[in-house]
Amino acid sequence: MQIFEYNGSALVAMVGKNCFAIASDRRLGVQLQTIATDFQKIYKIHGRLFIGLAGLATDAQTLYQRLIFRHKLYQLREERDMKPETFASLVSAILYEKRFGPYFCQPVIAGLGKDDKPFICTMDSIGAKELAEDFVVGGTASESLYGACESMYKPDMKPEELFETISQALLSSVDRDCLSGWGGHVIVVTPDDITERTLKGRMD
Amino acid sequence: MKGLNMRLDTSGLNSLAPAHVVNDELCEGFMSLPSFQLPNSADFDTFQKKAVQMVKPAKGTTTLAFIFKEGVMVAADSRASMGGYISSQSVKKIIEINPYLIGTLAGGAADCQFWHRNLGIKCRLHELANKRRISVTGASKLLANILYSYRGMGLSVGTMIAGWDETGPGLYYVDSEGGRLKGTRFSVGSGSPYAYGVLDSGYRYDMSCEEAAELARRSIYHATFRDGASGGVASVYYVGPNGWKKLSGDDVGELHYKYYPVPKGNVEQEMVEASS
Repeated sequence: MQIFEYNGSALVAMVGKNCFAIASDRRLGVQLQTIATDFQKIYKIHGRLFIGLAGLATDAQTLYQRLIFRHKLYQLREERDMKPETFASLVSAILYEKRFGPYFCQPVIAGLGKDDKPFICTMDSIGAKELAEDFVVGGTASESLYGACESMYKPDMKPEELFETISQALLSSVDRDCLSGWGGHVIVVTPDDITERTLKGRMD
Repeated sequence: MKGLNMRLDTSGLNSLAPAHVVNDELCEGFMSLPSFQLPNSADFDTFQKKAVQMVKPAKGTTTLAFIFKEGVMVAADSRASMGGYISSQSVKKIIEINPYLIGTLAGGAADCQFWHRNLGIKCRLHELANKRRISVTGASKLLANILYSYRGMGLSVGTMIAGWDETGPGLYYVDSEGGRLKGTRFSVGSGSPYAYGVLDSGYRYDMSCEEAAELARRSIYHATFRDGASGGVASVYYVGPNGWKKLSGDDVGELHYKYYPVPKGNVEQEMVEASS
């Protein structure tokens, strides 16, 4: 039994012109059995910073609570929100703390930084950061997501086109994966707006 | 280790051997049971175990069949998966053996396809030798006997043989462990528990053809929804006194929104074809 494939997930984040999008599927399963089709995998840290957690759902939820706790402490001490770069380092440090008994999660972080510069990054379960300029993927559908993003991504997309691209990439990828899908969830963030949408998808 | 040419000889099982010896090369191909070369290994059992693990086929499938007032209803999904990867969404899991017999496919695709084709040949030969069609009982036993002779060698077959013969509708479950069961209601595959749930609660013997088809379709749909390894198209076949007929093949992706339409007002935007 591979623990990373226990619940199943698909996560993707993409960069556009002064904006970014992060998307996930909505399935929560126990191996091949579908338990829920309205499961949240993307969590909001603050208005311009989101984290998606792929992998084992129980660890994802625990990790999320720790991250929220640490971010609140940061806000109290510094009286400001965390920069995406700082947050990524925090996640990495928290993951490496558990080097020999890791959280079985692969995080995907997306946020808007200074001067509205989009930031995306992914990590493995023990905190090896991987920054990217274009897109990052995670979860059981990551192979097909790489393929879809590789062929559909264009640099400097506007928010509307970015939404369309990330949605199509997600929907076509999860159609090749047994363990993810059952609809999608997309968040597009621009300097002055957050749009959340639920996608209709194949329910098999 | 000697015996460079070890072969599994199952010719003893062949009840259809012609009385007079025909030494025709053309005939030999299908009159005798197929024989397979066995691996020439010192430790056959260990080798076999490893080989079985290696070709262990994906078992993600939902198939069902049931007998009702007007005949047999047979339905299946169409997904083929390798681990978590969906390798096809358009597999034919209902195999037409002859105009009055159909078989369903679950387990190893190659094993099922090969032995169903093999069964088709045998049924045709029976027809030519005896001047009448083989019974469902006979056909299923033919297959069960072959599968039993390969027991423990790693074949993976879970099938239902459905058809119409002189005694009326017939339905048998046959598997590679050697089991053969006669019955009125079966479901096979990883999605079968879900399909049984819908099928058992909705089944009545005196259903009309339309009701039965809808029950079969709904059972497959619910199985594809819950089971990650089932999906694609829900196809429904009916076998009656005049042979089998394909009734429908519905894309499950669309079937879901037919059974559970999204409430109006919740939809921000419908997807449209991209204009180039």
